[in-house]
Amino acid sequence: MAKLALREIDGRSPRYWVLFGALGALAAAGLLSAYYMESRGHIVTGMNDQIVWGLPHVFAVFLIVAASGALNVASIASVFEKRWYKPLAPLSAWLAMALLVGGLAILVLDLGRPDRLVVAMTTYNFKSIFAWNMLLYTGFLALAAVYLWTMLDRSVSRYATLAGRAAFVWRLVLTTGTGSIFGFLVAREAYASAMLAPMFIALSFVYGLAAYLIAFIALYAGTGRALGEEVLARLARLLGWFIVSALYFVTVFHLTNLYMAREVGVERFLLARGGMLTALFWGGQVLVGSLVPLALVWHPRLGRSRSALMVAAVLVVAGGLAQMYVTIIGGQAWPIDLFPGYQLRSSFYDGVIHHYAPSLPEALLGMGGMAFSALVVLLGVKFLRLAPESAGNETFAAQAGAEA
Amino acid sequence: MAIGARLRRLGGVALLLAGCLSAPGLQAGTPQPVIEQARGGQCVAPPAVMRREHMVMLMHQRELTVREGMRGARVDLEACVDCHASRASGSVDARPQDFCASCHRYVGVKLTCFECHSDKPRQAALVPTLAGKGTP
Amino acid sequence: MSAAQTPESAARRRFVGGAAAALAGVAIAPGLILLEARRAAAAAEIASSAVRWGLLIDTTLCGTDCTACVDACQKENGLAAPTRPTDAQWIRKVELTDPYSGRSKSLPMMCQHCAEPPCVDVCPTAASFKRADGIVLVDRHRCIGCRYCMMACPYKARSFVHQNLSGQKPDVPRGKGCVEGCTLCVQRIDRNEQPACVEACRASGRGAMTFGDLNDPKSEIARRIRARTSVQVRADLRLDPGVRYQGL
Repeated sequence: MAKLALREIDGRSPRYWVLFGALGALAAAGLLSAYYMESRGHIVTGMNDQIVWGLPHVFAVFLIVAASGALNVASIASVFEKRWYKPLAPLSAWLAMALLVGGLAILVLDLGRPDRLVVAMTTYNFKSIFAWNMLLYTGFLALAAVYLWTMLDRSVSRYATLAGRAAFVWRLVLTTGTGSIFGFLVAREAYASAMLAPMFIALSFVYGLAAYLIAFIALYAGTGRALGEEVLARLARLLGWFIVSALYFVTVFHLTNLYMAREVGVERFLLARGGMLTALFWGGQVLVGSLVPLALVWHPRLGRSRSALMVAAVLVVAGGLAQMYVTIIGGQAWPIDLFPGYQLRSSFYDGVIHHYAPSLPEALLGMGGMAFSALVVLLGVKFLRLAPESAGNETFAAQAGAEA
Repeated sequence: MAIGARLRRLGGVALLLAGCLSAPGLQAGTPQPVIEQARGGQCVAPPAVMRREHMVMLMHQRELTVREGMRGARVDLEACVDCHASRASGSVDARPQDFCASCHRYVGVKLTCFECHSDKPRQAALVPTLAGKGTP
Repeated sequence: MSAAQTPESAARRRFVGGAAAALAGVAIAPGLILLEARRAAAAAEIASSAVRWGLLIDTTLCGTDCTACVDACQKENGLAAPTRPTDAQWIRKVELTDPYSGRSKSLPMMCQHCAEPPCVDVCPTAASFKRADGIVLVDRHRCIGCRYCMMACPYKARSFVHQNLSGQKPDVPRGKGCVEGCTLCVQRIDRNEQPACVEACRASGRGAMTFGDLNDPKSEIARRIRARTSVQVRADLRLDPGVRYQGL
């Protein structure tokens, strides 16, 4: 069996420390913002009784969805038995853990009473998908850690397939649970759909691979290690198909809603009359987040260039954040139809579009969580053997060829 | 310098630091709690028991009161406040020497009950200045 | 090996016997204490599932500009008059206008105290719960402030406390970081009084609101529901709210 030379990065270059410092500063700013929000109360944010979940949740849900998708790259090797991808697996598992931890940190720090986290972790209402998610998220971290262990420790490497399969199934359940947070809500016209769970699974594939590409290309470009064309071409092709599948689910979701007179109101709002929300949907989610990256990865020449792929991945992430914004904020902005057919007016903003203006603390909390995930990756590649010394074509061919 | 001498020097520095840091404590001491005589007669249990067990009693009773609607139980936070509110401030937590605040400061246990619960008695007559204007 | 009892073995037997007795005592004692507490609890009154509290609102008697119920709720529960989107509103007057005819009517909207509350389903810590007598409440000792129940409520009945509070009413504890909503004036109901909004409506002369036990066929609310048609808001959601409206 060809030995795969995984190696830590040096992590002593000025570039590394500058990145570390910048990310650390952003994460620290996020932490300070959380403290400010907790001590003064949510009055310092843009969230209110109408828009109860805001920018922190946009970032957090994005990170959590991306986390489960980031594990896919490793799953291709162990679950789908494409040994060719085996060298990519360790970074994939670590990235999945890093993204999840960042997302969870944001969620916990945004709670009205984060001091009651122990209560949240010990008192469960099992009818709540939120309660299930708490167990699914922590279980995922444990499984991903075990999975990573089987990849790095030769003495347990024979369990890699089992760990990989368990992690894959778990992450599908996790993403289903995340989509169902919204899918189970009968109160809001933009939610209440069984489509949301599979849509989130499709989104997780896209976001996860995009996050992986960013980490992967940045690592190899930053350290000067060899990065072959073959691996980039394959991952680019995958990203293309994932974007198409996500677009499919989004299209079917909105088309189905448009078919029902009851849902036309909220759809017209989101797709045409929502101002910034509409701009984020068409410009952010569709154009920048899906169509432009698709063009880049399908381009015969650009699709093999590492900088074009990096741009495509970053655009996908931006589009994903826009998508989460439209879903989470847009779904709350549309007023609840208490008395269908009537126009409503009240002191509690019934019958009117709810406005949301994010504040600096909540923006910093969201971005700080993302920075924290990146920091975890930065530390991981320095202290763990997460990536092969060379990602040239021969590394992968050796893995694919060396089948027992 | 030899290792033994180095260790002795380190020990001396450590001792000096410890002395400096503990000086404020040695001089001032923590202020003893002020126990103002409460209204009403006998408390729910003897003071020694109350001191140790009041949180356990409250936490057990609050489940029964909130979730099962049990009222008028032996353990009742509002009744505690009614009796123990200071005659001067009309509260158990407004000033550092008020009943609850004073002991909790002494033992260094954070007192969070009155973030939500009223620290003033139910009957306005017992409170010198109770102008309930409402809060958002 | 001999059967004779040595002093050491006798001492050991006494020790083991004493330890076993102590262990048994420690194991049983908490149970005995809790048993005693439970018996004491049963003796005191607790909410019963034989009762289901509800409200009946006759919208034909509701005045468009009247806010007696809202004002009374604020006074009873220590809420300030709302000025900002972050201020809590446990009850509000909603004005409905039919776009075709231009006709409008007004009614109070509050927590509907559903029999199948979505807020209770989604709460991760079971802080949002339904009491045995049908009142839907937030156990603010358990609420972690995630606001999922606010997302889930189809009546937009819940509010979140966005800042530090002071001067709370002794009977109505509320604080920063927790979610809250109409409690049907549980502090009054448990004293055999009526909710503040109902009392104020009656005092204003309109008498649009009735409170009572929906399970008791002889109660005033049950008789009124039998006498005239009433509906539940968003009845299609099958949540079976405890609040019914007439004249809609």
